[in-house]
Amino acid sequence: MIRTEELLLNVGPQHPSTHGVFRIVLKLDGEVIKEATPVMGYLHRGTEKLAEQLNYTQIIPYTDRMDYVSAMTNNYVLVHAVEKMMSIEVPERAEFMRLIVMELQRVASHLVWWGTYLLDIGAMSPFLYAFRDREVIIDLFNELCGARLTYNYMRVGGVKWDAPSGWIDKVRDFVPYMRKRLKEYDKLVSGNEIFLARIKGVGKYDAQTAIAYGLSGANLRCTGVNWDLRKQEPYSLYERFDFDVPLSFNGDCYDRYLLRIEEIVQSLRILEQAVEQFPSGGETMGKVPRVIRPPAGEVYARIESPRGEIGCYIVSKGKAEPYRLKFRRPSFVNLQILPELLVGQSMTNLITILGGVDIVVGEVDC
Amino acid sequence: MSDKPEETPITHATESSEHAEQVEQDNDYVTERTEQVEDTPQARLDRLVEQLKHDIAEGAVEEAVINEVNGHLPTITVKKGHWLAAAHWLQVNKDWSCDYLRNLAGVDLGDELEVVYHLISLQTRREIAVHVKTEREQPSIPSVTPLWPTANWNEREVYDLLGIDFPGHPDLRRIMMPDDWVGHPLRKDYDPSDSEV
Amino acid sequence: MNELIQQTLTWQNGLIFLGWAIVFLFIVLGFVTYAIYFERKVIGWMQFRHGPTRVGPLGLLQSVADVLKLLIKEDTIPQKADRTLFILAPIITFVPAFAVLAVIPYTPSLYFADLNVGLLYYAALSSLSTIGIILGGWASNNKYSLIGGMRSAAQMISYEIPLVISVVGVVMLSGGLSLRRIVEGQGSNFWEWNLLPQIIGFVVFMIAAVSELNRTPFDLPEAESELVAGYHVEYSGFRFAFFMLAEYVYVFAIASLTTVLFLGGWHPPLAILDFIPGLLWFMLKFVCVVFFLFWLRATMPRIRVDQLMSFGWKVLLPLALINIFVTAAYIELVVK
Repeated sequence: MIRTEELLLNVGPQHPSTHGVFRIVLKLDGEVIKEATPVMGYLHRGTEKLAEQLNYTQIIPYTDRMDYVSAMTNNYVLVHAVEKMMSIEVPERAEFMRLIVMELQRVASHLVWWGTYLLDIGAMSPFLYAFRDREVIIDLFNELCGARLTYNYMRVGGVKWDAPSGWIDKVRDFVPYMRKRLKEYDKLVSGNEIFLARIKGVGKYDAQTAIAYGLSGANLRCTGVNWDLRKQEPYSLYERFDFDVPLSFNGDCYDRYLLRIEEIVQSLRILEQAVEQFPSGGETMGKVPRVIRPPAGEVYARIESPRGEIGCYIVSKGKAEPYRLKFRRPSFVNLQILPELLVGQSMTNLITILGGVDIVVGEVDC
Repeated sequence: MSDKPEETPITHATESSEHAEQVEQDNDYVTERTEQVEDTPQARLDRLVEQLKHDIAEGAVEEAVINEVNGHLPTITVKKGHWLAAAHWLQVNKDWSCDYLRNLAGVDLGDELEVVYHLISLQTRREIAVHVKTEREQPSIPSVTPLWPTANWNEREVYDLLGIDFPGHPDLRRIMMPDDWVGHPLRKDYDPSDSEV
Repeated sequence: MNELIQQTLTWQNGLIFLGWAIVFLFIVLGFVTYAIYFERKVIGWMQFRHGPTRVGPLGLLQSVADVLKLLIKEDTIPQKADRTLFILAPIITFVPAFAVLAVIPYTPSLYFADLNVGLLYYAALSSLSTIGIILGGWASNNKYSLIGGMRSAAQMISYEIPLVISVVGVVMLSGGLSLRRIVEGQGSNFWEWNLLPQIIGFVVFMIAAVSELNRTPFDLPEAESELVAGYHVEYSGFRFAFFMLAEYVYVFAIASLTTVLFLGGWHPPLAILDFIPGLLWFMLKFVCVVFFLFWLRATMPRIRVDQLMSFGWKVLLPLALINIFVTAAYIELVVK
């Protein structure tokens, strides 16, 4: 009699494809996954607990470190929640600056995803191309706020720094540059037979499952659910711009891949319009009290981050520090579907599916 | 989601916009909201409370307010004992059909603990925040994971950081802190100068 | 050399063989050193990077420094590993890689052994390396390396078959297994090479060869994104260097073999270019094949293991068989 044994395999916490210190315990039969148990918390820094001792301006740098690939949107969700609570008017110029950096950030974030995803699939070059182009955005941010990754750029009521002279023109030049690059990427990767064979039909789920698991972002839209908070619950100035929400219906990794590429295209459209309409003058900070003390109450603010719906739930008791601050982190919520998707898949597909969900472990663990 | 295009739609910007239009027609998750005259947030909330009192129990809803700053978000406080029935009601009721649990947060209120659920219906786009309070000693709130699978890890997080038990949860373990951690860090009386730190 | 091999083995002859082997080992080591440098440079340029630039002029000594580092590193053997097999595995992998080079003719006069079963010798010995890889994966007592080793076994066995069958056409055309004879059977114009008449065989051979080399897109045994490093995950220092060395020596061997079998060996592409020495032609073709392998690495993603298997058995093997039939029909109908 042939006797086979199940193999218990620890993927992570140190593993090249878990994108950080994330661990999955796999029960393998050969290379087929029988059971997958994600284990996290290795990067848990207690942001929510720390925030209870800090005033709102001091919390902003902590949001940078949650989803460190998309720090600008994290900044925004916090200041947006506080502004909602205090009904603060943000000057138009500041709001434009925010919108431009958020869309640049979305492009940068998707580029990181694109590069690392292909690296997971085994192609090395796209990673370097993506990082080269992301570098242009990072340089723009660096010029704006002196940081490359953790920007600490937004403030309650506005933004910390106005655009330096010529900065807006650089953003304007970036749009056609990136479009040209995207075409190159498409030629290099999107039609590659091996790549398509690896991702088509892998990690499939339907709209009902996606909604039940609370997925958001491209993970939800790949099943055909038209849910982009920029359109559905507009915040900032998104109502002023003309852009589409790309949708697809197959719900597999290939669709998520195409959606994210298409979202870069749409972000570039928004950027193009935002740069054209950018006000020539105006303040970058609204009228904000010296000490930010939101009135007692609670608020849940949410925006569309590159990874999905990022939310910020604040309970205030009228003090300068939040009584309770809770972040709804899209990576954390989206990741829940992973064990469901993995059962019956091969070890290789684990990487394809995990990469396709697009997580940032700093955000999963918070 | 009945009509699925045969080809994968997203290849170029122009195509995608066509598909977006197509989806507006096909997608039953986005339907036009019919605005009625008496459909103010307060009127809707009152109606909801009435229905809940009628369908669940007289004392099911402890408090119902409109959260003005949060875009007139109807906010109700449901009694712990009636929460599971109310959650199910909110999920299946035609008016609300809250199929999407967008946020689940635990709060330490000092003398008691509470869990706040932010629900939304992707079909009617109605939103609601539900508070469920529980006592500080041996806190427990029925799990909604069977209704919304997304509550799974969120409840584990609340259990881990606030120590609220969720009976009915399939796999209630610590998620952020190590398994042998003592105490629940997000509680206000938690001593951060723990020996392990 | 050939006469020496014919004579009875004396101490003197043995020492001459040993001396030549050592000289050749250093040539191969030199090749490996600069193949790695070349690979890093080429891929660097393809990815808008510089590649190595720091150690020595233009970074030329980078690989030397890397090898030196590997040699002076602490030799670690995991406590739970099977010591004997763990030590043996890199040697078992490397020795066949070096041994196969004996039968490759570089020019009409420069070769080591003209075996009449040269091709068979190559195929037989090169599959021995698989054993070393499986042993290494198993002896490490690590799950990742075990999976890597098993994958490697499956892959090597699956692709060995189309690799060998794809060259049967060449053997039929030249009427012998001696590699020297195969080159001599090809002419001094590129259309007289085996490349065009055996184009199906060539394509199958190249694909199977890339797979045999465990290089992208078939680098599953060491797929770093899934298996961290595959079968050599627990190896470090000079034992790891042996695995790397074996890999690059196989690059040398496969590139030489491709040149010999399909690209006309030392023959020039056009008869009027005959004045250029054959060795240069050989090296030029050889470098082109090596470049092709590196180029693939910069462009291709990795194939999945089930796709790899079905591709090998369902596509490559039938193609290779068809090639044999077509060649047989050609010989029967046209040549005779």
